[in-house]
Amino acid sequence: METTQQFETVIGLEVHLQLKTKTKIFCSCANDFGGEPNTRTCPVCLGLPGTLPVFNKQVLDYGIKIGLALNCAINNVIKFDRKNYYYPDLPKAYQISQFDLPIAKDGFLLVPSLNNELKKIRIHRAHLEEDAGKLMHDAVHPYSLVDYNRTGTPLMEIVSSPDMHSPQDAYDYLQTLKLTLQYLDVSDCDMEKGSLRCDANVSIRPKGETKLGTKTELKNMNSFKAVKAALEYEIARQTSVMLSGDKIIQETRLWDENKQMTFSMRSKEEAHDYRYFPEPDLVPFTISDEKIQSIKKMIPELPIDKYHRFIEHYHLSDYDARLLIQDAPLADFFEICAKNFHDTKKICNWLNTQVLQELNERKAPISKTLLTPDNLIMLIQKTDAGIISNLAAKDVLKIIFETGKQTEQIIEEQGLAQISDDVTLEKIADDLIRENQKVIEQIKNGEQKALGFLIGQAMKKMNGKANPKKIGDILQRRIFHG
Amino acid sequence: MISQEDVQYVASLSRIHLKKDEVECLSKDLEKIVDYIKKLESLETANIQPTSHVLPIQNVFREDIIKPSLSQKEALHFSIEQHQGCFKVPKIIE
Ligand SMILES: [Zn+2]
Repeated sequence: METTQQFETVIGLEVHLQLKTKTKIFCSCANDFGGEPNTRTCPVCLGLPGTLPVFNKQVLDYGIKIGLALNCAINNVIKFDRKNYYYPDLPKAYQISQFDLPIAKDGFLLVPSLNNELKKIRIHRAHLEEDAGKLMHDAVHPYSLVDYNRTGTPLMEIVSSPDMHSPQDAYDYLQTLKLTLQYLDVSDCDMEKGSLRCDANVSIRPKGETKLGTKTELKNMNSFKAVKAALEYEIARQTSVMLSGDKIIQETRLWDENKQMTFSMRSKEEAHDYRYFPEPDLVPFTISDEKIQSIKKMIPELPIDKYHRFIEHYHLSDYDARLLIQDAPLADFFEICAKNFHDTKKICNWLNTQVLQELNERKAPISKTLLTPDNLIMLIQKTDAGIISNLAAKDVLKIIFETGKQTEQIIEEQGLAQISDDVTLEKIADDLIRENQKVIEQIKNGEQKALGFLIGQAMKKMNGKANPKKIGDILQRRIFHG
Repeated sequence: MISQEDVQYVASLSRIHLKKDEVECLSKDLEKIVDYIKKLESLETANIQPTSHVLPIQNVFREDIIKPSLSQKEALHFSIEQHQGCFKVPKIIE
């Protein structure tokens, strides 16, 4: 691509995160998702005259927690400001936000990228604000409909520095940021529900140039994949504009998922004259160092630290560690298993394949399923000892997920135990050797495939319950040693 | 100098419609206000904390406890037009 030869890409991301408090940021309406329109509003969040906002304590705590996890400095004094603009989703005609004294600033996030290196993406600032309502319109009707249920939902806006240089960088950053936020348990982080939203600022400049080029702001991406695709499209578009000698126009562009293109919003530029001023209805807030310290203690081990510890302490592969940390309850489950069973590789093999598949199908965290660490270990041990086949073990796991029964009980009830008793297997080997003289000759000539065929026949005779390794051993002994 | 265009622009941001004579009048008034601000700006304020609020109080919080909201009917009572439980407004095209 031409960009990689002549131009450098510069990307900064703004992430809006809905905090999962019980109530809204400035009123006592429930902070929830879905439901009938306009059933979670009050005079405060409808912006009726004579009402006053009161700040939700929990929002401040969550904000501090996020700031600390993103290695930010927490401001000891914060205040709120009014961001003024007219839009039907904003009943007061201003949004209460933070302008010059945001809750957090100057942080960074360490982002593992494809080739095992850690990229440091700086966090410029993070501030608290209220969400707007939801506007709905279709192509047919000459009006828009407004639902104010979302109005006043607490938001944390996390603004990165322009430290990313490819759509993949942006994707990796978003993945790591989301995972970190999930560990903090402060938000659903669900892009489909809109509890995590991302806008991207992107510009290109000739390689070696230090001044930033004119940027465009991309909106309306509904997944991390869409963010990546929108950036790819926009970089190609800007490159062709530059190459043709034209100038990039600073503007907001909307991603169209169906057409896989960005379109200029062509909005009136006055919309960007927000005339911030201090919110007179809210007093300033001080955050003591003691408060910061007490919240710091509530931050769990973060994914990047867990990743390093798993590799060091349990000697996991990069792949296994990476996969496990994606799911905090699964990582906890692994650690309980590892306490009682030495072979961590084997535990990972189960967790990162069949177990993960079951979890995905059920869309549930492992802690909400019927699988227990003890039961999984028992399953691994029974399989290891050859008591059940690998195939049967998969069935047992499914049944555990469905019923919560003990591994041993399932093996017995389903008759899944492999037949390993010598008398039965010797008899079968005898029969087979008698019936398949031609195959025996092939085996004697060193054809491994032929032995496999014979084992397959044995399994058939035993309805799949023979221990394949054992029958193989017996057959070889009989054939070569009589 | 506050031009009449400036006045029109500020008025449009606030959705205020002005007559021609009002614009002339306001541009003179605004000029006086801005001059006064300039006078204030000449004061030495380097060592003074900015006042972000006139009241000497801080940290007024609310506990995170749900209270009943208005019913949909009550909420929509204030609307000029409504449809399917929503406020109905002129079409917004994004
Ligand atoms: Zn409310």
